[in-house]
Amino acid sequence: MFDDLRDLYQELILDHGLKPRNFRRPEDANRHAKGDNPMCGDRMELALKLDGEVVTDLGFQGRGCAISMASASLMTETVKGKTLAQAHQLSDSFRALAMTGSCPECGAELADEMERLQPLAGVHEFPSRVKCATLAWHTLNAALDGSKEASSE
Amino acid sequence: MSFDVRKIREDFPILAQMQRGKPLVFLDSGASAQKPRQVIGAMMRCMESAYANVHRGAYYLSETATEAYEASRRAVATFLNAARAEEIVFTANSTMAINLVAHCYGRGILKPGQAVVTSEMEHHANMVPWQMLRDAHGIELRYVRVTDAGELDLEDLAAKLKDGKVGLVAVTHMSNVLGTVTPAAQIARMAHEAGAKVLFDGSQAAVHRKVDVQALDADFYVFTGHKLYGPTGIGVLYAKHALLEAMPPFLGGGDMIATVSLAGSTWAAPPARFEAGTPAIVEAIGLHAAIDYVTAIGLPAIEAHERALVDHAMAVLSQVEGLSLLGRAQDRGGVFAFSLDNAHAHDLSTLLDRAGIAVRAGRHCAEPLHERFGVEGGTCRASFGLYTTPEEIDFLGAALVKAREFFA
Ligand SMILES: Cc1ncc(COP(=O)(O)O)c(C=O)c1O
Repeated sequence: MFDDLRDLYQELILDHGLKPRNFRRPEDANRHAKGDNPMCGDRMELALKLDGEVVTDLGFQGRGCAISMASASLMTETVKGKTLAQAHQLSDSFRALAMTGSCPECGAELADEMERLQPLAGVHEFPSRVKCATLAWHTLNAALDGSKEASSE
Repeated sequence: MSFDVRKIREDFPILAQMQRGKPLVFLDSGASAQKPRQVIGAMMRCMESAYANVHRGAYYLSETATEAYEASRRAVATFLNAARAEEIVFTANSTMAINLVAHCYGRGILKPGQAVVTSEMEHHANMVPWQMLRDAHGIELRYVRVTDAGELDLEDLAAKLKDGKVGLVAVTHMSNVLGTVTPAAQIARMAHEAGAKVLFDGSQAAVHRKVDVQALDADFYVFTGHKLYGPTGIGVLYAKHALLEAMPPFLGGGDMIATVSLAGSTWAAPPARFEAGTPAIVEAIGLHAAIDYVTAIGLPAIEAHERALVDHAMAVLSQVEGLSLLGRAQDRGGVFAFSLDNAHAHDLSTLLDRAGIAVRAGRHCAEPLHERFGVEGGTCRASFGLYTTPEEIDFLGAALVKAREFFA
């Protein structure tokens, strides 16, 4: 009945959705933001450690659907160790990926990271679910920019 | 007229549609119901041959449109068994009707220091206006508790009415999440004994049950057209005439005045006083057609059909492993909110959508209620209309079992 949904719910997504990585609050975090999707009740708190220009650690806590949990989990994995500029670039690229299914503009520099995020590209076919995938990245931007709240509305 | 759901379904063109290659199983009528040809046709005929502004022109078309608009008001009065048509105020929807009462009765009549009682199971439309009244006008706001079964805790209501400070009890007649039908006549009696007026949010109830505002002794009763198989953009406030007489206007503008001079204005009599500006004329015609439609089928027949669906859904859903239902009220209508142990409501609704099943996921404009039941992350909700069949509920049950396997 649901076989064609395996594109959206790939093993990797179900796995990260069920067992999100970096589901914790780094002790020495110096940037925090909350993300909220008021329509569906998804909510997350992101904490990260910015050391100079580099995101040395980050983690999140919260609740949400498999897509939003998996996206947050994969986000923490790909952003860890990146510079501010790279993190912003990943965020822009990911949003293009989630909304259109591809990112022709994405440069080669972060190709490996984008490859890692590719399983989430399937959401672009589900307009009501795109915001589930982008919530974590909105929240990341808020944390990097020093604002406290993000909303994917 | 006997109830033949096959024939009824033929009245709703949208139900013949395929959805992602599958027959549409529309289980979101609680959010907004589909429209029968009779409603669509009446609105088209109005625009094609009988349309003009109302209450304004002394020419044939305007008089025709005015008569049709007022005929709709009379139909609503009959539908609710109001004592007179002047007790019916047209609004945009339930939300606007409740805001009207919060403004005109809340700010206009209630005094700071008095209290309004609402409940934990309200739609935001019957909660937020009272919070705004509280903050702007010094009104205390009290919430009646909901029991674990999903019923209003009437002992708690009694306790909250006890000090005599309550000026208004505003509660739902049927929960849009739990399906619970509240004992409205009893609530009205309790409110009146405590010296309070009572408002019922009938957005869900009026669709499923025969409502008699006089038998309930309701002071205010609201419902919304689009859930009653009518168009969007039209809703109804019923209020006892003496209350409307006493209330100041809501919005200012055309139609709501008796006289206007540069120095000031005087107000028209109700209901015009509360209908400023050009109203939803075509929508009122559509609502009239919707009322004629459900009346011809018969509210008792609709209620019986839905009772059978509710019993069937209870049996089917309780067979689904890992499913928990929100609320198990004795008296309930065809609204079921549920969660699966291994799937988030949003993921679940995406799966069901693939099967052609339309359900709503989220908190259904009732965040405090979801918090009350410990499901802050939301639920899926299946809600039935008069066109819903037992086979559709079976299909939902089967899809839920498959969905649970999918996420296992
Ligand atoms: C119980 C209840 N009250 C109020 C409303 C608000 O209706 P509307 O959005 O038409 O104003 C709804 C429906 O959304 C409802 O289910």
